Amino acid sequence: MLTFTLRRLLLAIPILLVISLVIFLLVDLAPGSPMSEIPLTVPPDVRQKMIEALGADQPVFVRYLLWLKQFFWVEPMTLVDGWFGTDFTAGEQRILSWQSRSPVFTIIGQRIPQTLTVVGTAYLVGVLIAVPIGIYSAYRQYSFFDQAGTLFAMIGFSVPTFFSGTLFIIIFAVWLGWFPTKYDTTLEVTDWATFWEQVRQMALPVMTLGLANAAAISRYMRSSMLDNMAMDYVRTARAKGMSERVVVLRHVLRNSLIPVGTVIALGIPSIFGGAIITENLFGVNGIGAALIGAIHANDIPMVQTLAFIFAVLIVLFNLIADIIYGLLDPRIRYD
Amino acid sequence: MPDGATPVLDVRGLKTVFRTRGGEVHAVNSVSFHLKPGELLGVVGESGSGKSVTMMSLIGLLPSPPAEVRAGQVLLGGRDLLKIDASELRDVRGAKIGFVFQDPMTSLNPVFTVGSQIMEPLTRHMGLTKAQARDRAAELLALVGIPDAQKRLKDYPHQFSGGMRQRVMIAIALACDPDVLIADEPTTALDVTIQAQIIELVKDLRQKLGMAIVWITHDLGVIAGIADRVMVMYGGQVVEQAPVRQLFSDPRHPYTRALLKTIPSLTGEREARLQAIEGQPPILTAEPTACPFRARCAHAYDRCETENPQRRAVDGLAVGQGHDVACHWTPDVSAEGAA
Repeated sequence: MLTFTLRRLLLAIPILLVISLVIFLLVDLAPGSPMSEIPLTVPPDVRQKMIEALGADQPVFVRYLLWLKQFFWVEPMTLVDGWFGTDFTAGEQRILSWQSRSPVFTIIGQRIPQTLTVVGTAYLVGVLIAVPIGIYSAYRQYSFFDQAGTLFAMIGFSVPTFFSGTLFIIIFAVWLGWFPTKYDTTLEVTDWATFWEQVRQMALPVMTLGLANAAAISRYMRSSMLDNMAMDYVRTARAKGMSERVVVLRHVLRNSLIPVGTVIALGIPSIFGGAIITENLFGVNGIGAALIGAIHANDIPMVQTLAFIFAVLIVLFNLIADIIYGLLDPRIRYD
Repeated sequence: MPDGATPVLDVRGLKTVFRTRGGEVHAVNSVSFHLKPGELLGVVGESGSGKSVTMMSLIGLLPSPPAEVRAGQVLLGGRDLLKIDASELRDVRGAKIGFVFQDPMTSLNPVFTVGSQIMEPLTRHMGLTKAQARDRAAELLALVGIPDAQKRLKDYPHQFSGGMRQRVMIAIALACDPDVLIADEPTTALDVTIQAQIIELVKDLRQKLGMAIVWITHDLGVIAGIADRVMVMYGGQVVEQAPVRQLFSDPRHPYTRALLKTIPSLTGEREARLQAIEGQPPILTAEPTACPFRARCAHAYDRCETENPQRRAVDGLAVGQGHDVACHWTPDVSAEGAA
């Protein structure tokens, strides 16, 4: 397993380098100028100076290599400097957002907690709802509960979040007044009262996203359970006199989690990508909102860096999914 | 075992029906049989004759719905297994009655070690601690002829060959020292040399442990080698039942005779073609009112169309005790070469 992991990690390096180049070239090809948000009253020669100051006039490969150096050396070292008070990066240029002129990673650092609390919780809630629904639906196939679960999944799957989110706002915030309509990013959790406030303001976005997540995962869970329920070893377990509980929750579930575990792991990178629509709808100032803002403003370093981080996460969680697969299924051994 | 001993398992008038969209399928029709202590009863019949369904009905292993056990009694140790509730039945399964299935490649759970799968019934039924169960599991593996048993407990099913897995299945079935072992085509999925090994193993274990065995198969050769008594099934009912020697020397039901002719002979005159029974076994959508075999039977006459033959003794003993047959045509007295 260790050799496998190391080999995969080494292999990830060339893959990620190629991905970074492709992303860089694609972003560079996109039309638009970093000056698009600068007022038209600024004279052209000043604009030119500003572009030069940003380094945007350099040839593409120079900018790419510079970015590589910044991403893989300067940024990690800045982190090290911050932790240990060392001085590796004195005078080195960090990746700067063209929009705000502040380091890209500082902005990400500010945005990611919002995204992780809201979108991450929604994913967790989705999984926690979906797994029991899937198990019970399969165990009582075609029962009323199963039909209701199917309907729930169909709704969650087919209704877009901008609709379900708005609907939830109308029902739970406007009519019932249980939850606030807007997510307040400035709220700091310091005591039970603010914690409760945080829970309340998270409720609607988490419900919206959780529904969508739970819909998909509950279907995977159900079909995986059904596949395994029909297997011979289930009959063996029953013939041994095991209780239904042991048969379903030990024998069948353990096998059903093999494919579902992979699906869940592969879905995790999307948490970091934020949920652009839902974040916008509820005013969660997260990473999705940051990405959209950066795209609008032609903030190439920001877009490039975010896109690359997503690529890293996807490659990483693919590896994690494979490792989980190997841990869950003794027939899979990577060495 | 002495004749006339109280049977360990006594099945009377068992009826099992499958409710499907196309109507009901009567898979088992009034099947009665018994099993004396230490006896090996062979159950033969082609696919779809109701052999497996009968045995699974005994201990509620059929998925319900669609299966439904309509009538009958299954007496084990004085209790009717069809009357007791699900949790009592679970106490019987694996403890009093062990089951070995056809396909050892899929009958073991792939994600658990064989040790934990053998230990499950031990801790469940015998109340052993984990450590005790592990020792017993190792004993069982050694008993079924798996070398290096202690070590192999930690292995997963995929690390065993087909024959070895069937040995593990037998170890699981015998874990709680059951009175009855039901082996549902245990050698069908194995290749011939491994089949012979498994048969030898079961013979050997029967000698050592003394449990009664029901051995389901469609292989008459296997039956001839191990069974004390044979029950031939067709269309969900018992068509002939006899001690093994008698069945082979004096088969009475046309179906049994036809089955015996399908065995290629090594010693006799070589026939041009292997005999086959033409046609298909029936799918019974209603309780049969005619002989289920009539469409394929060379001796069928008008009575076979109107009346389903009941089992009757052909040797003077009570039905089920000696040789009995369910056929209108066959004469009561033994007549060699009547066919």
